[in-house]
Amino acid sequence: MMSQVARPLPARAPDAADAPAEPRPRFLPRVRRVKFLRSSALRFALLYALIFGVSALALAIFLWWATAGLLNRQVEAAINADAQGLSERYQEGGLAALVLTIQDRLAQSLDENAIYLLANAQLKPITGNLSVWPGQVSGPDDWFELPVERGSHEALARMHRYDLPGGFHLLIGRDVASRAKLRSLLTAGLLWALLLMVVLGSVGAIVIQSLFRRSLADVSETAAAIARGDLSNRVRLSGRGDEFDRLAETINDMLDRIARLMDGVRQVSNAIAHDLRTPITRARARLEDAALHARDAGDLHAAVERATFDLDGIVSVFQGLLRIAEIEVGSRRSAFASLDLYALLSDMQELYGAVAEEQGLEIELLAKPPLPVFGDRDLLQQAVANLLENALKFSPPGRPILLGAGRLGDKIEIVVADGGCGIPPEDLDRVTERFFRGESARSTPGSGLGLALVQAVMQLHNGSLRLEDNQPGVRAVLSLPAEFNASRRLKGAPAVETPAV
Amino acid sequence: MRILLVEDDRDVAGFVVKGLREAGHVVEHAANGRDGLFMAASESFDAIILDRMLPGGIDGLRLLETLRAQENTTPVLFLSALGQVDDRVKGLKAGGDDYLTKPFVFAELLARVEALTRRGKADSVVTRLAVGDLEMDLLSRSVRRAGQKIDLQPREYRLLEYLMRHAGQVVTRTMLLEGVWDYHFDPQTNVIDVHVSRLRQKVDKPFPRPLLHTVRNAGYIMRPDNEA
Repeated sequence: MMSQVARPLPARAPDAADAPAEPRPRFLPRVRRVKFLRSSALRFALLYALIFGVSALALAIFLWWATAGLLNRQVEAAINADAQGLSERYQEGGLAALVLTIQDRLAQSLDENAIYLLANAQLKPITGNLSVWPGQVSGPDDWFELPVERGSHEALARMHRYDLPGGFHLLIGRDVASRAKLRSLLTAGLLWALLLMVVLGSVGAIVIQSLFRRSLADVSETAAAIARGDLSNRVRLSGRGDEFDRLAETINDMLDRIARLMDGVRQVSNAIAHDLRTPITRARARLEDAALHARDAGDLHAAVERATFDLDGIVSVFQGLLRIAEIEVGSRRSAFASLDLYALLSDMQELYGAVAEEQGLEIELLAKPPLPVFGDRDLLQQAVANLLENALKFSPPGRPILLGAGRLGDKIEIVVADGGCGIPPEDLDRVTERFFRGESARSTPGSGLGLALVQAVMQLHNGSLRLEDNQPGVRAVLSLPAEFNASRRLKGAPAVETPAV
Repeated sequence: MRILLVEDDRDVAGFVVKGLREAGHVVEHAANGRDGLFMAASESFDAIILDRMLPGGIDGLRLLETLRAQENTTPVLFLSALGQVDDRVKGLKAGGDDYLTKPFVFAELLARVEALTRRGKADSVVTRLAVGDLEMDLLSRSVRRAGQKIDLQPREYRLLEYLMRHAGQVVTRTMLLEGVWDYHFDPQTNVIDVHVSRLRQKVDKPFPRPLLHTVRNAGYIMRPDNEA
């Protein structure tokens, strides 16, 4: 622990030693110090030390006030009471009565520490137990604490001077030598305690700082590595499950997501580079060819029309890519709502059934309502449409396409199965990549984005896309979390509001 | 029809203005939001085509919000390069009646603008639609042509209703997909064509004169033959 604490100090020392060699010798250490003070570990430690120190000081002051201060106040109260009594005597009986009272009090020695001295206008003592008027007592009506000669021995007196009408001066005091000794003992004790607290506070601050540093070191190392471009780094977990672990987990989740997005961006830019160039080149070539070789307006017109068609294709690929990107970012959850998949699927069957019939095919719907899910209706429609379009594209006539759905535990599965040529096993993992097109699909129109979009939609819905061999053909399975509490949620909503009313 | 186009790109604006004029409309053009707002507020139009991103401090959304705040109910179609679903929702929430993403096919724009101006009139209660000798009774949901009853599936009925409500007007495939099926995506296959051709089998095939015509590169139009 100590070695960690000491780290910044030796690191700074060589700088200071090297400083004269530097072109700007006074500047460097200064910059360093600012940085050092910016360390929040240090700030926390200093704050801790400050709070600790302030509370220790407050405690010491209170203790002092409650003990040593109390002694002082007692003495002063006694003196004030004396003065009150004596001044009353003086008013009643004049100087003679006062002198008598003082002598009485001294003779009775009610308080052996009591000190009285009555002097005339020239400060000549009239009566009292001090032989001379102490020279330091000059101002009227004030407190003094000074050593005096009291009879035979030295004393420390705390005194108050009163000026009486008629030019007389009265000094009332107490010998506080023993009390002063006690007070200085107390003061010394408190000062030592304070010193101890400062030391303890500093040690505590240092401990806090090093704990803080150690907990953050991993996070900052990881962040630095990421900043250098190494996205594979992750923050290590201490396994204690504390706040720092939770922070580390959050940071790791964030990094995972960033890495996924970066991968997506990389994949898309690669895809654009490879797969959009082809149709763009084709459109461009067609236009250039027409500009150079068209024999008449009809040729030109036809070429422009074909190029427009090509451009429309490119635009639709772009829109597909953007749509997938939009879905993957997850910003589309705003359109989520409770819906019944059965209605969605039977509409789909109705829409595509007509197309299937044209091709001598049939779409069989095997599902039973209700199939409640929580999702984006448009996106789910598009996902199912993409699967149906694939099935229609690759099915030979006579083999029905199955559109089925059902509940499986807490999931709802949608199955689109065809009896077509199927996907070769080696391609199964890759068909959901953007622009991937299997050998058998090369000759058919399409952009190679259909399954990528289905995959993205499923991820947005916390579901999955599974492609299986239907022997022959493909069996695409969409698995979505079912909405169990659909009805409960609807009923529950007003129940939540009632108590508030 | 008197149409205001607010669009800052000169090429796109020129293309749209030319196309709309060829289709027989009167078109005014504003190249920035300030002018657009001034014209929209001070003159009367049947429809406004509005770009979202405009120079001059006032973008399309603000222009429309200002206009709607003045209780101006001119139908507005957004024509924007901002094509994400959220953008679309924002545009419609601000008071837009339709939203078309750039790049666009002119026929689609024309069809949608013309459909916009119809929308207001269609709100009045109609119980019967007729195109040529084809009649649709919206109350009994029955269709007759030349006095002969035609049996339609529910979806075919809705398709025909949509076409008849927009009679004399080009209806694109996307409009049909949105209006009849409520689908908002581009199918790769010719689903709409298949459904329209099925409808044709029942509505046009047995009769000497077709009412439902295909418009090349655009969509379909329903109209009595003699008007062609």
